[in-house]
Amino acid sequence: MENSLLSLLIWLPIIGGVLVVMVGNERANTARWLSVAISIIVFVISLSLWTGFDSSTHLMQFVEKSSWISQFNINYHIGIDGISMPLIILTTFSTVLVIVAGWEVITRRTAHYMAAFLMMEGLIIGVFSALDAILFYAFWEASLIPMLLIIGIWGGDNRVYAAVKFFLYTFLGSVFMLVSLIYMYTKGGSFSILDMHNLDLTLAEQSYIFWAFFMAFAVKVPMFPVHTWLPDAHVQAPTGGSVILAAIMLKMGGYGFFRFSLPITPDASLEFSDVVIVLSLIAIVYIGFVALVQRDMKKLIAYSSISHMGFVTLGVFALFLAFKPGAAEGALLGLEGAMVQMISHGFISAAMFLVVGVLYDRLHSREISTYGGVINSMPKFTGFAVLFAMANAGLPGTSGFVGEFMVILGALQANFWYAFLAATTLIVGAAYTLWMVKRVFWGGITNPAVETLNDINGREFAILAILALAVLIMGLYPQPVIEVMHTSIDHLLHQALTSKL
Amino acid sequence: MENIYLIIALSPLLGAILAGFFGSVLGRTATHTITILGVLVSTVLSLYVFNHHVLESGAVFNQNIYTWMQIGNLNVSVGFLIDNLTSVMLVVVSFVSLMVHIYTIGYMHDDDGYTKFFSYISLFTFSMFMLVMSNNFMQLFFGWEAVGLVSYLLIGFWHHKESAVEANLKAFLVNRVGDFGFLLGIALVLMYFGSLDYQEVFTNLGNATGVTILGGSSLITVVCLLLFVGAMGKSAQVPLHVWLPGSMEGPTPISALIHAATMVTAGIFMVSRMSPMFELSDMALTVVMIVGAITALFMGLLGIVQNDIKKVVAYSTLSQLGYMTVALGVSAYSVAIFHLMTHAFFKALLFLGAGSVIVAMHHEQDIRKMGGLRNKMPITYWTALIGTLALIGFPGFAGFYSKDMIIEAVHFSSLPYAGWVYYAVVAGVFITAFYSLRMFFLVFHGESRVDHHTAEHLHESAPSITFPLIALAIPSAVIGFLTIDPMLFNGWLDNAITVASSHVSMAELKHEFHGAASMIPHAFVTLPFWMMVGGIAAAWVFSLYRTQWADTIQKKFHRTNYVLESLYGFDRFNEIVFVNGIKKLGNLLWKVSDMGLIDNMVVNGSARLVGFIGRVVRPIQTGYIYHYAFFMIFSLLIILTWVLFAGDNPLLEL
Repeated sequence: MENSLLSLLIWLPIIGGVLVVMVGNERANTARWLSVAISIIVFVISLSLWTGFDSSTHLMQFVEKSSWISQFNINYHIGIDGISMPLIILTTFSTVLVIVAGWEVITRRTAHYMAAFLMMEGLIIGVFSALDAILFYAFWEASLIPMLLIIGIWGGDNRVYAAVKFFLYTFLGSVFMLVSLIYMYTKGGSFSILDMHNLDLTLAEQSYIFWAFFMAFAVKVPMFPVHTWLPDAHVQAPTGGSVILAAIMLKMGGYGFFRFSLPITPDASLEFSDVVIVLSLIAIVYIGFVALVQRDMKKLIAYSSISHMGFVTLGVFALFLAFKPGAAEGALLGLEGAMVQMISHGFISAAMFLVVGVLYDRLHSREISTYGGVINSMPKFTGFAVLFAMANAGLPGTSGFVGEFMVILGALQANFWYAFLAATTLIVGAAYTLWMVKRVFWGGITNPAVETLNDINGREFAILAILALAVLIMGLYPQPVIEVMHTSIDHLLHQALTSKL
Repeated sequence: MENIYLIIALSPLLGAILAGFFGSVLGRTATHTITILGVLVSTVLSLYVFNHHVLESGAVFNQNIYTWMQIGNLNVSVGFLIDNLTSVMLVVVSFVSLMVHIYTIGYMHDDDGYTKFFSYISLFTFSMFMLVMSNNFMQLFFGWEAVGLVSYLLIGFWHHKESAVEANLKAFLVNRVGDFGFLLGIALVLMYFGSLDYQEVFTNLGNATGVTILGGSSLITVVCLLLFVGAMGKSAQVPLHVWLPGSMEGPTPISALIHAATMVTAGIFMVSRMSPMFELSDMALTVVMIVGAITALFMGLLGIVQNDIKKVVAYSTLSQLGYMTVALGVSAYSVAIFHLMTHAFFKALLFLGAGSVIVAMHHEQDIRKMGGLRNKMPITYWTALIGTLALIGFPGFAGFYSKDMIIEAVHFSSLPYAGWVYYAVVAGVFITAFYSLRMFFLVFHGESRVDHHTAEHLHESAPSITFPLIALAIPSAVIGFLTIDPMLFNGWLDNAITVASSHVSMAELKHEFHGAASMIPHAFVTLPFWMMVGGIAAAWVFSLYRTQWADTIQKKFHRTNYVLESLYGFDRFNEIVFVNGIKKLGNLLWKVSDMGLIDNMVVNGSARLVGFIGRVVRPIQTGYIYHYAFFMIFSLLIILTWVLFAGDNPLLEL
């Protein structure tokens, strides 16, 4: 049992998803209850990763390895460290929320909807725990399929365009990754990711591999200028799809930088770090201004996501400041800040999309101008919305502050102007978020339909309350999360600073 | 002692949580009882702490409560630094907060958001405690933004008013501009001093000697100026003052608590806390002094043309904050804190008095529609008189001591431009007396201009409103006389404040000081006193004796009047440049760059390109074998020809 914990986490939701499909759309209630039971069980099991985790070592834990395709030395090899473990728990946590969130909203093909989320959960856990490159690639691509279906079947009016765009965009990016993985296999004879970490590569090889990875990961994050699929995908996706997309799928890109780019191509990463940092800063500043003028709430949050994910890539690639004397802590601040930002963004973006979902379920509009004065009819809901908006604006005491604070403090040690530009989010981020809050929640009621809105029910209250707790706890006491990742990040920093040339 | 400090901070938080989540269950009476008890506990314990630290010279308490994050050797904790500066702040904040809590019972009596309001002001009190008790920059920033959050919620408390929800957004964003600088300052502190803990940073200040950054600026100067940008936001210094007048959209009790007595003085507190750092940069101090002087003088001038009772007091607050900032600039930190304290009492009193008038007037705030209220509202009248005399620095009252000391400190300062600043703060005395008495006369004296309906119901406010007025009037009258000697000259703040020996203002003041009592007779031969008398006389002439003269002058100097009434154009400038400019920029980036260039041209463009190639190539795929065979033969011909005649073909050399 102890030894196959990760496999259980991967396959239980996938098999569970198959079971839910077999229950069928006709028996929607059974499907709902079965799905929520499975997701909760998976979440509880995933907590034992946290409790059983040894944070004093950077070595992989909960490792399982068996031969898969022996001709090419491809193995079913999984394991986790302090970087992947928090992301897995974030995945199991978010899946419970989206399944509960879709409870009475999804009335068409309910069982299939629930099953898609369960299967996606298993596949994404696979992505975060795979230690074999081909296994990783298989999970990586497979996880696209449920999301494609979720957008394509349960999405909005323009769902097919958005779904195809989402699929082609991300698929195109990852093909290059596959090529470089195969190249490294031909060179080193192993698909093990840990072997690739130690593979000697020239700067030219590293550069090609770096950009190939970059294509895959930058699209996923998404970074400027390959971000335009995200607003479309979010706008068309159903609420649950948006939540998983923002909370988890974007993190796969960030995770890729941690697991592949930095340790496999350290010299190329150093070489091109300036480019990545500039793109990150563009994401933070430029996208912030774009978010400001959005009229569609989901688009606004989608752009805000891109801007916040800019902090992740900024924090990661600012690490080379560690070459400066006495700045090792600055580099760690950036890296760990990037991790914290990913987790925090998981909570906050999920919450923001759920908030929009609550409104959309009632009035079937995402336009800001439809609303105004929502507080008058939905005071409890407004309380949550304002809290999450403040978290999105990086208010201290919420998780949104921690990551940005760490990254800004770290980035300044690399270059004052990096921090200067990144810190503009304090103003711009607050402006687009709170301006939306003002137009949607405050003020008098202008649209009579708003007057008839019912405040959130128990189910919606529970979901938002859990997220609110997560946001606050992480904001007031981030140390436990930082502690579990610290040793792994420290090791990663060491790897990234060690030249392969 | 640690538990006592924790209880001080947490009991208002507990009150806020109970009131916030269970207010509707508990009902009004239970809610206000719980929150008031919470703050009362803090007040009593704050007095105990004050006694322990200040009067009995207890040791400074500096301990971490829990580790917020630990990265390598960098420890960022939540912790308390309790020295005499903190103790003074604790007493001021808790006392004013307690008074405002009690006052709220009467003031918000008819409001639907009664319990919510109590929850917010208790939450504010907690945040303010965290800010003043912090021993590190992270927690300072937490408190800093948390008070901003509550301020945002309270300015927009009457959320159905469009003006209120515009004002709270503006307040939050302008404060964020300040916080932007503040955060960069904190980041630089971490980079060069390796810690966010005050004590460690102050011990390592030597590291910065001679360090220059950003192309030759002194590190300390840059750090101090960035931190001061934060103070400018929170303490509403020009040009980041624009949010404070708007904040008057909130209910009056919070104008007294947050936007006069406590939160807006956070910047003053912060700079005083950082005195070891600011003392190292004359450049930064000069900027601080000049910004303060500009605020003190020019914001005071705006008070003259305001007709909304709360706006007059708001501009007066801006001007007084300017005075405090000037005191910081001339290294008279203890004088700044002294003025902060006296101002907290008398300005809270004035705001609450204004609130009492507003309630009696059925929420009419225009002083031109008042007049002659003194007989109807005796308690409000007499307490407002005390507050006004304290504000204008009438000899003997609290503000007299603190303001006089600021003016004298500037007089002794050796910083460049101190001479100009001296004239500004002296002129400010005339202006302060003028707008304060103008308002006082218009509201309480002269003919009643109250409309008939309101006049019938006009009466003194309820005891829950008048009690805080009396309780605040007492310190407004006597606190200056009682505390000037120990606070400025006998070491109350010595364990928190550092003054470099080259900054002589405090030393000179001490030299000149011969007791609080002797300052009163001495006042009659000083310039500020006669400026004040002039201000009172002018106010009397224009608002009581010859009211038509005011109109005549306004018409005659209509340009000046226009400048003042348009508030120097700050709002219009911000509206045009920042609000509209940024919206235009955002739209440009979105429509042209994001949608047009990237998405439409490149992304969908590649899709179209693929489609185009497909369409072009499609006619060739005819399906007839002989077409394909022809293409193959034809292509082979071309390739062979090319191989044959290309440059270094080995066949040609045969």
